[in-house]
Amino acid sequence: MAEPMNAAPTLEVRNLQTHFFTRGGVVKAVNDVSFSIARGKVLGLVGESGSGKTVTGFSIMKLVDPPGRIVGGSILFQGRDLATLSEEEMRHLRGNRIAMIFQDPMMTLNPVLRIDTQMIETVQAHEKVSDEDARARARDALGMVGIPSPDERLKSYPHQFSGGMRQRVAIAIALLHRPDLIVADEPTTALDVTIQGQILAEVQKLCATTGTAMLWITHDLSVVAGLADDIAVMYAGRVVEYGDVGEVLDKPLHPYTHGLIGSVPSRNKRGVPLRQIPGMTPSLLNLPEGCSFRARCPRAAEDCIVMPTLHPWLPDRLARCHHPHLEEVATA
Amino acid sequence: MSVYLLRRLIQAGGVVLAMSIIVFIGVFAIGDPVEILISPDADQMERERAVAALGLDKPLWHQYLIFLGKAAQGDLGRSFVFNEPALELILQRMPATLELAFAATFGAILIGLPLGLYAGLRPNSVGSKAIMAGSILGFSLPTFWVGLMLIMVFAVQLGWLPSTGRGDTVEVLGTRWSFLTWNGLQHLAMPALNLALFKISLVIRLTRAGVRETMLMDYVKFARAKGLSPFRVTFVHVFKNILIPVVTVTGLEFGSTIAFSVVTESIFAWPGMGKLIIDSINVLDRPVIVAYLMIVVLMFITINLIVDLMYSVLDPRVRLESK
Ligand SMILES: Nc1ncnc2c1ncn2[C@@H]1O[C@H](COP(=O)(O)OP(=O)(O)OP(=O)(O)O)[C@@H](O)[C@H]1O
Ligand code: SF4
Ligand SMILES: [Mg+2]
Repeated sequence: MAEPMNAAPTLEVRNLQTHFFTRGGVVKAVNDVSFSIARGKVLGLVGESGSGKTVTGFSIMKLVDPPGRIVGGSILFQGRDLATLSEEEMRHLRGNRIAMIFQDPMMTLNPVLRIDTQMIETVQAHEKVSDEDARARARDALGMVGIPSPDERLKSYPHQFSGGMRQRVAIAIALLHRPDLIVADEPTTALDVTIQGQILAEVQKLCATTGTAMLWITHDLSVVAGLADDIAVMYAGRVVEYGDVGEVLDKPLHPYTHGLIGSVPSRNKRGVPLRQIPGMTPSLLNLPEGCSFRARCPRAAEDCIVMPTLHPWLPDRLARCHHPHLEEVATA
Repeated sequence: MSVYLLRRLIQAGGVVLAMSIIVFIGVFAIGDPVEILISPDADQMERERAVAALGLDKPLWHQYLIFLGKAAQGDLGRSFVFNEPALELILQRMPATLELAFAATFGAILIGLPLGLYAGLRPNSVGSKAIMAGSILGFSLPTFWVGLMLIMVFAVQLGWLPSTGRGDTVEVLGTRWSFLTWNGLQHLAMPALNLALFKISLVIRLTRAGVRETMLMDYVKFARAKGLSPFRVTFVHVFKNILIPVVTVTGLEFGSTIAFSVVTESIFAWPGMGKLIIDSINVLDRPVIVAYLMIVVLMFITINLIVDLMYSVLDPRVRLESK
């Protein structure tokens, strides 16, 4: 979002709302989420556990299952509103133009089907390709994510792989059709550091060469710092801060982001996981009136009883707060 | 693999031996066949001669040892009534029972699997509620009552299907089969349905539960995220997973199907092992009863072994490593 936009961004999410209608009440898992990702760019989506990151990802795939439902907002993919697409049209986008990598690698692959079956079916779901050609594509994709002797490994079952290996298979599946958009839900958390570096480099290369846009969901700020162009910080179903990744990590505006990173503004935040902030995330069933961060916020004041909007306090810097950390930006 | 098989076979031998003792003592406790077999006006001499001829004058442990020695040579004794080898009597009637049991099992899968799949995929539809209600009936109605009702409706009232016997048979590989002729199939239909009723309900419930559980798994969502057609998601990704419990349970149930066929065979006068055993119990034909029970035990053991092997074929996670 830092550059002038001459074409429609690959993905534009506007005021997305996804709620779960449970017996206990309406869980407002995603309550007001907006962001956009341009071609070849990576947006890092961070936030505490339960803040709605995964539900945002599934909403983009239109894979939210009952009792969940997208109740508001719009998702524009290459300018097309996904809400207007039929399930069949959506199916042709999934795995083809929009791919997703799931959070839990142990559960993503079908335990009773061989890896080759699960990869070849993905190729053939969207292209008329012979079995041999599809197998060759699958083998190349496995090689690309660093799986040794891919030809043999194709014949394995998921339980014969470690968690990290399975996640690489899932990533390989996502890359099969060189999609325009990848939703990656904490894809490297299960991998060790060297492999993580390899995969990140591979992903960056892909984004740069094929123009794939990426929504990268993570807990790890160091990954965001190294990989993402922009960052969106979620809290209790809402985006509370949004902007260029370097600027946000350097001088966070929102007290929540501030708390996550630590109070001293510095560029050396790499390798630092999200810091614990005292207090609890509010229940999404029963959100307090006004700013959801109020109970934990050191800067809370009386006017915070009114829900703040996502306001452009600085050029291309948005924060949902009545009292953002502007003084630190000014003194820097 | 071969070590595993060997261990299973030794276990099976132990089970058969233990069962033979239980069966032998159990049958001994039921009653004295002499009272039934020998005419009341026979004199003492004739009585004693008959008892000695049948080997019933020896103590129980001695009788058992004789039985065991002969059983090891494949001789399970001669029927008191038919004066034929008990084993042969039973083996003659086994194909009829197996045919009935297989027909019931395949019928149960053929009917139960699609209904259970539908009920699992559309849990809130009227159709699936009706299916589930029907399955409760299938579980709770007694077999003999349903059998009589079937005869009342389809044989007596409507006259569509014959109510007794196997009908025309064709001889293949030395045994006679009903399912190869149209007339035989008509005879097979009602008893098979009767015997299948409980299993249909079982397969429906297993399938439905499996589908509902599997649909929630991440790998099904991932399959959808890959853009696969709903058909492929259901019939490859979901189906292959629910097949594991369904095959295991219906396989293990096969033994009880054979046991339950006693009731069905009696109602429909199906000339199988079940009918033979009921007749033999009535006249206390000990060798036939013992031989029947031993064969049923052997069948249970074999079925369990086959199911275990099939399970490992279906589920790669338990596949027996041959290396
Ligand atoms: N099927 C569901 N029914 C009810 N509530 C749900 C359902 N799925 C998700 N939620 C709720 O939505 C909220 C957001 O969940 P989500 O999985 O998006 O969090 P997340 O940010 O991805 O967390 P994590 O970092 O732990 O993955 C959670 O509070 C969760 O309880
Ligand atoms: S609006 Fe108020 S309570 Fe909310 S983050 Fe800003 S200062 Fe804190
Ligand atoms: Mg998540």
